[in-house]
Amino acid sequence: MGNKIMSLVAGLLFGFGLTLAQMVNPQKVLNFLDFAGTWDPSLAFVLGGATITAAIGFRLAGRRAAPLFADRFQLPTAKDIDTPLVGGAVLFGIGWGLVGLCPGPAIASLAIAPGSVAVFVLALIAGMLLHRLLATRGVGSAGAKATSR
Amino acid sequence: MITQFTPISALAGGIMIGLSAVLLLLTSGRIAGISGILGGVLAPRHGDVSWRILFIAGLLTGPLLYALMVGGLPDVTIDDSLPLLVVAGLVVGFGTRLGSGCTSGHGVCGLARFSPRSLAATGIFFAVAVVTVFVSRHVVGV
Repeated sequence: MGNKIMSLVAGLLFGFGLTLAQMVNPQKVLNFLDFAGTWDPSLAFVLGGATITAAIGFRLAGRRAAPLFADRFQLPTAKDIDTPLVGGAVLFGIGWGLVGLCPGPAIASLAIAPGSVAVFVLALIAGMLLHRLLATRGVGSAGAKATSR
Repeated sequence: MITQFTPISALAGGIMIGLSAVLLLLTSGRIAGISGILGGVLAPRHGDVSWRILFIAGLLTGPLLYALMVGGLPDVTIDDSLPLLVVAGLVVGFGTRLGSGCTSGHGVCGLARFSPRSLAATGIFFAVAVVTVFVSRHVVGV
């Protein structure tokens, strides 16, 4: 029960942070990526603040033998920089650059601008299902063992 | 469209995102990667679904909590055509599953764990996104 309540709280904190940082607005994201135009460095402060906080907190949490409400830490174990990783990152970069939405802010902004964002989120889910379909059928590199983050 | 540089709220929001990731790892032992959390709902395994749905429910409600506590919501301006939104959504969904992560899983959590895979993925998707924005805004001229 504790882990479920804490998952909800963590989600709330995440959505609140994205809103405070205005990362729910794709224009803020696109402007960070637009060095040649209307550059807005805000995203670097979001990523920097989040990563440094997580790095310190992860180190402290990692001193425990197990999480508070689960029997073990479930961390990614893959080590190789392989074709699926690179190909997936390239595809994600293209989609992210096209409209400025990535999965977290897309879900959070559903509450603010439901119309256009819902189209993106439905397509996002379809893309994930397509990957799963190909992966379970073992088609090409998508058949590589899916490591979940 | 010009947006204001907002370092203080960006840093504060970023710290909250980092605290969210720490809270999830400390309590459930899981990585706060949104594409992974959503992906696990779409490929459900017994006993591994409810925490994901609750996290996503919180993520959806976070902006409403912000509106209640702070008042007002930031602008969300999306002026892309429907087909572009569909194409972008499809490649983001497919790409984040193929590459095992997005800005949160690789970008925040992976970098915080000093994961070479996440560093590579983050470098690649940022570089590709910068090129994509350059082409769409300054070459094609959308």
